[in-house]
Amino acid sequence: MFLINCPYCGERDQQEFKAGGEAHIERPKQPTELSDDEWAEYLFMRKNIKGVQFERWNHSHGCRKWFNMIRDTSNDEIKAIYKMGEKPPSQ
Amino acid sequence: MRNKYSVFSLIKNALSYHENWQRAWKDPAPKKEYDAVIVGGGGHGLATAYYLAKKHKMNNIAVVEKGWIGGGNTGRNTTIIRSNYLWDASAGLYDHALKIWEGLSQELNYNVMFSQRGVMNLAHNLQDVRDLKRRTHANRLNGIDAVYLSTEEVKKFCPIINTSPDIRYPVLGGTLQRRAGTARHDAVAWGYARGADAMGVDIIQNCEVKGIKRNGDSVEGIETTKGFIKTKKVGVVAAGHSSVIANMAGLRLPLESKPLQALVSEPVKPIIDTVVMSNAVHAYVSQSDKGELVIGAGTDDYVSYTQKGSHQIVEGTLNAILELYPIFSRMRMLRQWGGIVDICPDASPILSKTSIKGLYFNCGWGTGGFKATPGSGDLFAHTIANDEPHKLNAAFNLNRFVSGDLVDEHGAAAVAH
Repeated sequence: MFLINCPYCGERDQQEFKAGGEAHIERPKQPTELSDDEWAEYLFMRKNIKGVQFERWNHSHGCRKWFNMIRDTSNDEIKAIYKMGEKPPSQ
Repeated sequence: MRNKYSVFSLIKNALSYHENWQRAWKDPAPKKEYDAVIVGGGGHGLATAYYLAKKHKMNNIAVVEKGWIGGGNTGRNTTIIRSNYLWDASAGLYDHALKIWEGLSQELNYNVMFSQRGVMNLAHNLQDVRDLKRRTHANRLNGIDAVYLSTEEVKKFCPIINTSPDIRYPVLGGTLQRRAGTARHDAVAWGYARGADAMGVDIIQNCEVKGIKRNGDSVEGIETTKGFIKTKKVGVVAAGHSSVIANMAGLRLPLESKPLQALVSEPVKPIIDTVVMSNAVHAYVSQSDKGELVIGAGTDDYVSYTQKGSHQIVEGTLNAILELYPIFSRMRMLRQWGGIVDICPDASPILSKTSIKGLYFNCGWGTGGFKATPGSGDLFAHTIANDEPHKLNAAFNLNRFVSGDLVDEHGAAAVAH
């Protein structure tokens, strides 16, 4: 349980937010040309890192906007938060 | 030679104030080379080693564990055992385990305190009723005992449940699997460890895997905090840390590791003699032999390896428990803890070979692996020894995420774990 600094609303309790999984997984540009292996990679395979991980979060009980987060999954420490479409800040 | 536990050994050791019991397992240093190494000394890993030695005569094997055996999710779960799963593949897998549970204490000469007190699943809305009836029929077609209960029958089976129609999520019915129940989780790890050790398996604790050495597409050994161990077969049974090990071998798995919480109350006199689960409101409860209520909460939705979890998850579960069991309103909770569970997109496990020869994964049990411990060990041992899955775990291969042949238990069976 932790506080999250929503880039639109400011610092709020984590229970207002919904985790949206790994960030920067790009949707295939040519879905019709994808092999089964590539589909599996896109749909199911995850880095699931123990350590610093890039994630998407949604302020579902607030502004309902999506944003990105860099978080250490070994201690839940939030390293950085940045908006959708922005490049991840260098740490 | 391993001494047998019996009433006579109990009396004999009582005479020397229980100070001379034989060690249950040794504490060996790792050898340079093994025929197979199991990574992870939880229930599933120890069971795998036990069946490798017993059924497949692979005695030159080791289990490496980064902490102490049974200190991970084996010691953190709510000890529920059942096999009332919807799909044929799942039913086969979990009922195989349940059948082994039924004779496990005798086989291991170790009391795992398996108690077939029944597991009741509650329905709180019309869709629950339809799903649970469907599941009851599916179970019976698969030879698994299951009955559907009316609200009155639920009340009769467990009188402390509030079946009043005016609560927020009224009890509309339920299912009951009488062969289901609970077991003592630590004893399962200890029993398998003792059994495996007696057949020559080295159980190496405080030995963390740091790398997997590959020669092209084959495994050559593992780097550990106690040095390099050469082996051609590595079976990874690392639960929440499976992805961490997979990354060492350059593999990706379809897993996310999330905290799952449980809690126990102060001990009280016997009040609930079964296990009651409610998926819709996410509350389940049973009572341990010590008298504590054992309550399972849900998972958080974010990836974390912290073995903690969010307060509101526990609060939500206790809200539901209090509505269903008003009698517990003054109970005080004694302890709360979290474990890291590895969840597959289809909520079914992976017991599989991989693209690397000699590397096998047993993972993805998510929130409900304890119940499968003996079956999982048996089938994974078969997979490692023969380099081919057993027919009962063939469907639980890693390739199903490519072929699309998922075993989608998540919504279909309405299973809370």
